[in-house]
Amino acid sequence: MTDSAQSSLAETRAAAQPDLKTRVAKRLKSRHAAELRFRAYGILAVSIAVLFLGILLERIIHQGYTAFVTHSITTEVYLDPNRIDPTDIMGANYDQMITEQVMAKMGVNDDEYGTTSGEYKEILSPDLGFKALEALRDNPKLLGQKISLTSPIAANADLYYKGEITRDIVEADRNVSDQQMVWMDALKTKGLVTSHFNTYLFTNTDSTQPELAGLLGAIMGSAMMLLVTAVLAIPIGVGAALFLEEFAPKNRWTALIEVNINNLAAVPSIVYGLLGLAVFINWLGMPRSSPLVGGVVLSLMALPTVIIATRSSLRAVPPSIREAALGIGASKTQAVFHHVLPLAMPGIMTGTIISLAHALGETAPLLMIGMISFVPGLPESVTSAASVLPVQIFIWENASERAFHERTAAAIIVLLVFMIIMNLAAILLRRRFERRW
Amino acid sequence: MKLYTRPLYAPDTSIGKPRDPSMTTTATTPKFVARDVKVYYGDKPALHGIDIDILDKSVTAFIGPSGCGKSTFLRCLNRMNDTIPSARVDGTILLDGEDLNDRKVDPVVLRARVGMVFQKPNPFPKTIYENVAYGPKIHGLATSKEEMDHIVESSLKKASLWNEVSDRLHQQGTGLSGGQQQRLVIARAIAVGPEVILMDEPCSALDPIATAKIEELIDELRQQFCIVIVTHSMAQAARVSQKTAFFHLGNLVEVGNTEDIFTNPKDQRTQDYITGRFG
Repeated sequence: MTDSAQSSLAETRAAAQPDLKTRVAKRLKSRHAAELRFRAYGILAVSIAVLFLGILLERIIHQGYTAFVTHSITTEVYLDPNRIDPTDIMGANYDQMITEQVMAKMGVNDDEYGTTSGEYKEILSPDLGFKALEALRDNPKLLGQKISLTSPIAANADLYYKGEITRDIVEADRNVSDQQMVWMDALKTKGLVTSHFNTYLFTNTDSTQPELAGLLGAIMGSAMMLLVTAVLAIPIGVGAALFLEEFAPKNRWTALIEVNINNLAAVPSIVYGLLGLAVFINWLGMPRSSPLVGGVVLSLMALPTVIIATRSSLRAVPPSIREAALGIGASKTQAVFHHVLPLAMPGIMTGTIISLAHALGETAPLLMIGMISFVPGLPESVTSAASVLPVQIFIWENASERAFHERTAAAIIVLLVFMIIMNLAAILLRRRFERRW
Repeated sequence: MKLYTRPLYAPDTSIGKPRDPSMTTTATTPKFVARDVKVYYGDKPALHGIDIDILDKSVTAFIGPSGCGKSTFLRCLNRMNDTIPSARVDGTILLDGEDLNDRKVDPVVLRARVGMVFQKPNPFPKTIYENVAYGPKIHGLATSKEEMDHIVESSLKKASLWNEVSDRLHQQGTGLSGGQQQRLVIARAIAVGPEVILMDEPCSALDPIATAKIEELIDELRQQFCIVIVTHSMAQAARVSQKTAFFHLGNLVEVGNTEDIFTNPKDQRTQDYITGRFG
């Protein structure tokens, strides 16, 4: 195209079209509108997310906060030598004895069939009886003396005191009769019943009695399991990532491995449970329901995430640092361990902690390896049967007593608090150790 | 396009003039002898057979347009190309008569002898002291704290950085200015006690004042080391080097005394490049 042809074309264009400013202005309105629209979508999306998060938290806290307060009964108990055989202290009916003493104190008379005392017993707690027996077992000289005992009150009574069971409900539809309500009011007026922070939730292990059930066993089980997971997943995951990223040749095999690791991160967690059941329990004969097997299974689950997080933080270290080290004669290993790994550490720690937090909340694979069992005691070691927090939530949720439902929500709150602590630790570690260059 | 009628950087008398008699002598035996060096990245050839002798105790500049292979050849001299998985190097490069591509030569030892300074200042995100001490530490060159202190001090002095940082040796090296960082990196390379220092466009990320300082430093270091510098700036090549090699499209077009290359190039391509017709 010649110069003259070019200029004449430009001239015709200029003649046909208004000047640049008006041409741009013509589309400007729709461009601004598009931008505003996009922002509105963004705000809407964030609002929906925040709304649902708010609803979730509100529901959990609303249902669960009552479980952090409980009512206890404190009473003097006369260890009556006429009712307790010193040669067989286990054989006595402490519950009955204590109930009768409380009834006497409150001026309630038993009938000849013991129906009244039977009903009265329901609003007290079997724990009083256990405590009396324990005290006597520790010190047989207490027989014939008065001791003061404090125990959490029966779960239904607790719900009544908290106002969850009211007289508005038809008597047949509630677990507490009108008569029991009168007694409970009297106990409260007399000052035998006090409300306080529910320490039992953290000092007790699981129990069939909701008022005695606590999370200590589950917390211990979770801690042990997480320890096993961390001990296995971190060194193996970081090591694998280091090798793949820094040392392994880039060929078809490493590409295949990489694809598979990425795919493993997307495998449903219950499949890992099946693997654990088949390999660790049935084949290797590891103990069922134990934090050991749970930890091994969860570490398998966490591995791909740890590897991916580690590799991406290794990749984020600028190549100039590697060159700097190699350029003054550091070996490959020295360059990696002296320079690359320390610089990648904040990212690795963050990724690892988040994958561990994920493992902490995992339930499905643990059901496959038999961790869904009622474990009333503390796990003694990683090989003994234990419960863990998410499974404890699952078990309590399935319980029929109403008092367990508020404890379910309380357990969810506890689990969430642990999650928040771990995520916070990840953020703080990143802030603390992040280096810029 | 308007053509330049005279070489941009040439007959200006202040440039390319011998600074001391030793640099024009060719009596010294070459430090590097490269013969038929070919480099491939995968199947793509990057260098088509380079033959060059590089003198000791002098500055040799590699110039040429982008992608001409000058950095690639520089990286052959301390086997940094080993770190690129797809790179393959053919031919022989002798360092003091010893083939450095020989399987018996450990790249770790080679790189201790042939230090390298990169385009972007890349101090470790550690203290100034740790930066300089790192090389001697990994090679086990210091037996005591005093000896290490001495190495650090003398290296920083040789890199003319000591006066600026002597009171803050334990502050982060990354907190220094760009020019200071580059001198820190040079000190780090010197600390190992190399025989050769390779510099890959060491001033391209620096301002003119910092550049002037580095060039001054290069001129001083020439007394002790064999220096090979890759540069985009022909003025810089003219200022700091005694020998200049012009690379083009993977070939070594011409090599000779810097003065001759800039005043009286033998090859038309060299002529075109230094007069600014391309590149």
